[in-house]
Amino acid sequence: MSDHTRRKFLGAAGLTGLAGSGLAALAPGVHLISLAAAHANGASSKVRWGMLVDTTRCASGCNACVTACATENAIQPGTGRPAQSSQWIRKIELNEFKTGRALSLPMMCQHCEQPPCVDVCPTGASFKRADGIVLVDRHICIGCRYCMMACPYKARSFVHEPLTEQNPEVPRGKGCVESCTLCVQRIDKGQQPACVEACTKNGRSAMLFGDLNDPASEIAKRIATTPTSQVRADLRLNPGVRYQGI
Amino acid sequence: MATTIFRAIEAKGGYYALLGVCGLFLLLGAFGYFQMEHHGHVITGMDNQMVWGMPHVIALFLIVAASGALNVASTASVFGKTIYKPLAPLSALLALALMAGGLAVLMLDLGRSDRMIIAATHFNFKSVFALNVFLYTGFFTIVGMYLWFMLERRMNRWSSAAGMAAFIWRLTLTTGTGSVFGFLIAREAYQSALLAPMFIVLSFAYGTALFLLTLAATCAAARRPLGGMVVQRLKNLLATFVAASLYFVAVFHLTNLYFTRNHGVEQFILVDGGIISGVFWIGQVVIGGALPLLLLLAPGTTLGRILVACAAIVVGGLAQMYVTIIGGQAWPLDLFPGYAASSSFFDGEIHNYAPSLVEMLLGLGGFAIAALIVIIALKVLRVLPEKLDDAALLPQPGE
Repeated sequence: MSDHTRRKFLGAAGLTGLAGSGLAALAPGVHLISLAAAHANGASSKVRWGMLVDTTRCASGCNACVTACATENAIQPGTGRPAQSSQWIRKIELNEFKTGRALSLPMMCQHCEQPPCVDVCPTGASFKRADGIVLVDRHICIGCRYCMMACPYKARSFVHEPLTEQNPEVPRGKGCVESCTLCVQRIDKGQQPACVEACTKNGRSAMLFGDLNDPASEIAKRIATTPTSQVRADLRLNPGVRYQGI
Repeated sequence: MATTIFRAIEAKGGYYALLGVCGLFLLLGAFGYFQMEHHGHVITGMDNQMVWGMPHVIALFLIVAASGALNVASTASVFGKTIYKPLAPLSALLALALMAGGLAVLMLDLGRSDRMIIAATHFNFKSVFALNVFLYTGFFTIVGMYLWFMLERRMNRWSSAAGMAAFIWRLTLTTGTGSVFGFLIAREAYQSALLAPMFIVLSFAYGTALFLLTLAATCAAARRPLGGMVVQRLKNLLATFVAASLYFVAVFHLTNLYFTRNHGVEQFILVDGGIISGVFWIGQVVIGGALPLLLLLAPGTTLGRILVACAAIVVGGLAQMYVTIIGGQAWPLDLFPGYAASSSFFDGEIHNYAPSLVEMLLGLGGFAIAALIVIIALKVLRVLPEKLDDAALLPQPGE
């Protein structure tokens, strides 16, 4: 094969490949740069939002928190297998091996002070707000799911299919990872997370939300006077969600 | 050693037929990708429990093998074994091709593969993935330059330095790949710093096996003589790598077994894991380890037997990635040690995974990309020596 034909061959192969892959990969990405928004602002580092779950008040079979979360954040079951549907909060039923003691509790993003999801996220899409809320920036999440591999609480879900009927205040989308936001859209308006409100309305009052940094807050007082624990405290992530009665 | 003459391969009917077959697999891979892109991962076997599936198994195999495919070039450039020098360009080319195939699969499996530009412009430097973006692009640059320096006579004098840089870079790269798993604190099957050196040793075996298969296939198709001496030497090297891989796998599991808290996950991977345990023992240990050792070390080796051993190592490599990635995720996270847990989100349950056709096609597309790069490069670049028989490779008097 002469140099001339070889160059032609290489040139044609290269151009076709470049044109195809370049256009397919770059065009939507370049468009998205203009859409990428800055991280939430206005959160104060003086505040650390947290939650206390009293498992002695949480009833097995009660799903009020889960339902309220789904309504507030417009989370519907997907069309695929149940294992592919998003679950921002779930009820876990526990039975102690040695004693048989039964427990029921809600599990969601624990809003760690040292979140492993934030550590592993390649683009910085997983981030912690100044007030301790761990969020996903849906504009720069590339859907690599590394955070799901890293989260010790199985708190994150991947959106497996296109979504409809969303809450405009809660951006979600196919191909991104998501998890409990502590209902950040409500917190920023001075309201409680939907799950906490529903638990109180349901007469259980097993969930208490507030500022862990404010000694005068009810949650800080309860934590100071009652034995509480963090799930997987051995990992030293200092979650913002605490449990009582485990 | 006589002066090596490199010559592009002749393109005849068979060449274009092979190009067509690989092109077809590339198209099938593209079909799989666009299906996933359009419908979302709902059409895959992956879910919120099994977040990484078959595309990761194949992609990581190709990426780890890419690093190992450089072995022959490194042995020539870094360790001064001149017998391998004529083979160094093919070694570097294969490394680039495997890396391209693996990376393509990895990136096209992203939930938002359209946002690749973000992966290249937004970095969290604490993330091993972000670090890998630099390691992978650096690999292309350094190995690409290394290949260029070897092929361009005027740049030959820099090829040793470039070879050394490529050697150090690829060891770092595979450390990064192993660390993707090693740093996952909550997954009992991983969380070991041993994964990084283990991945390096595995890469040696996978890359050398794929190199030998590529070399033998190319020499046969291009009707270039391939001497027994270089194959015999590579065979011995390969046997050492396979034995070292088995050693690392044994130490990894024995270390886990030392800690009582890991007994559950080890029992699952080694004994109770059903298909996972089967893939581990039959795929990784027997086909990927014992069988190749037997074939490579038994007296009277033939090229055919060596190539069967190489194919077995590739199968074993895919099995190892399957056990590591799928097996590691199948074992549930233990949020409440001492408690039996159950929930609508499958807490406390062993997770199942069955890959769908589209993700298999995407993975095979990665192999097709690697093959196409090698096939096209062999035709347009002077990568393969005219002769690789013993006389051409033996040191000449005075050398």
